[in-house]
Amino acid sequence: MSKIRIEVDGRPVEAVAGQSIAAALLAAGRTSWRRTRAGRPRGVFCGIGTCFDCVVTVNDLRDVRACQRRAADGDRVETQEDDRA
Amino acid sequence: MPDVLVIGGGPAGMAAARAARESGATVTLLESGDDLGGQYWRHLPAQRSDPDEGKWHHGWQRFLDLRAALVADPGCEVVTTAHVWSVDRRDGRPPLVHALVGPPDGGDRTPRTFDPDALVLATGAQERTLPFPGWDLPGVFTAGAAQALAKGERVAVGRRVLVAGAGPFLLTAVASLVRVGAQVVGVVEAADAKRLAKGWATKPWRLAKASHKATELVGYLRVLAANRVPYRTGSAVVAAHGTDRVEAVTVARLTPDWSPVPGTERRIEVDAVCVSHAFVPRTELAISTGCALTEDGSVQVDDRQRTTVPGVLTAGELTGIGGVDLALAEGRIAGAVAAGAEPDARDVKRRAVFREFATRLAAAHGVRPGWRSWVDDDTVVCRCEDVTAGALRSAAELTCSKGLRSLKLTTRAGLGLCQGRTCGRAVEDLLTGVLDPGRTANRPIAAPLRLGELAEHGRTCNREDVP
Ligand code: FES
Repeated sequence: MSKIRIEVDGRPVEAVAGQSIAAALLAAGRTSWRRTRAGRPRGVFCGIGTCFDCVVTVNDLRDVRACQRRAADGDRVETQEDDRA
Repeated sequence: MPDVLVIGGGPAGMAAARAARESGATVTLLESGDDLGGQYWRHLPAQRSDPDEGKWHHGWQRFLDLRAALVADPGCEVVTTAHVWSVDRRDGRPPLVHALVGPPDGGDRTPRTFDPDALVLATGAQERTLPFPGWDLPGVFTAGAAQALAKGERVAVGRRVLVAGAGPFLLTAVASLVRVGAQVVGVVEAADAKRLAKGWATKPWRLAKASHKATELVGYLRVLAANRVPYRTGSAVVAAHGTDRVEAVTVARLTPDWSPVPGTERRIEVDAVCVSHAFVPRTELAISTGCALTEDGSVQVDDRQRTTVPGVLTAGELTGIGGVDLALAEGRIAGAVAAGAEPDARDVKRRAVFREFATRLAAAHGVRPGWRSWVDDDTVVCRCEDVTAGALRSAAELTCSKGLRSLKLTTRAGLGLCQGRTCGRAVEDLLTGVLDPGRTANRPIAAPLRLGELAEHGRTCNREDVP
């Protein structure tokens, strides 16, 4: 099982090769990493790519579902807030 | 030699692809994940495989055999990480199918278009979670998420976990949770003992041929016993509590209609709760293709798995929620018929056996309308756009709007990132009688894509040139 390292909001997080970004975040003890327009926290809900609650910015690309994307060594992950209208 | 395109690499799609090959067709199998297996045979990725993977699954050898046969077969192209995002309908024949191949939600995926002689849709199902106060707190997961994270990642969603909802899937989630080291503090099943007995124990001989299902069930009950997990029927989680994450839930007894019985509430401390109330077919592509649906929202098929669109067949959960054995039998029938062959009589027989099982499932665990009383005015229904039940109801009343579209535009329910995939059925149900009938699952873009990718598609695919 090889270890990789990603960066989440500028901080290093250890992950396992093949792990999804969501699993890496959960394993690191985080349950939420996004806020909705009304400011409500969100993390994983459906785990299979249908709810879009878990989206993050990966290497500057917004709205990537963390439960669907496998973490790659060196990925820069940023948590997102929905635009407040 | 017909060209058969199969969308979905779970049990139904794999079985369909294999049967179509055995009947002489060339086959392309599209799967959105990076390996075959679907949600049912979800497993660790190649980068961190587990020699004991088989312990996590039922019928694992069957999966290995199917996958090996498909991958080794030069007449079958397996395309993984293929995200089908739209189809172009054509008169009297299957649609053109557009896919992007590459990492999920990536920015520079490779577009591919398929022009099949026959199309088999095997896109499976997703969980239906009924809203309740606090269901949008982090730490509330679908049971499917717990399952996916356990089987596909070996991660437990919490330390003290309650599992709640309806149906045998709750028990499979418990088994996986226990394996990854979670303490399951209870299972709460909404159906009451009477309804369970009536659904499962009437005319038991008709289930005899599906007896391995009973053996599976006994296995799960052993897991409950060995881990001292209490199992309660006729009850539900009617609220989750916490500020930034779930800290406790309220469990109440239910009437047979699923309304909470006042005064029966109990508070249970947990750090995660996994809920699953039912499954709904993932019908986006079927709807875009023009397939007629039945009243319960599944795709209408004839006895050969043909939909109402010529050359389009479907198998598995899309035709109704029935589990893996039904999916495999239907997949084999659909694949053979798509290739222009006769279905195998044994598969037709198996389909009948496991349809009986599906009927029982719905009778025993089907969602009852009383759940609507769990929802108060402040309960978020549309998670993406933070639309509450109160906002939905008052918009419907104030505007006297009966149209789903105008209601969506007024409240923004169903217009967020998930496009109503999560809240759609709840919105429809909460406004029954107020709203004209309509389906939120009707959406022109089946999978999200980037505007840049769409622009690229417009440049490379001049619609006039397309057959
Ligand atoms: S958790 Fe639902 S899309 Fe990722």
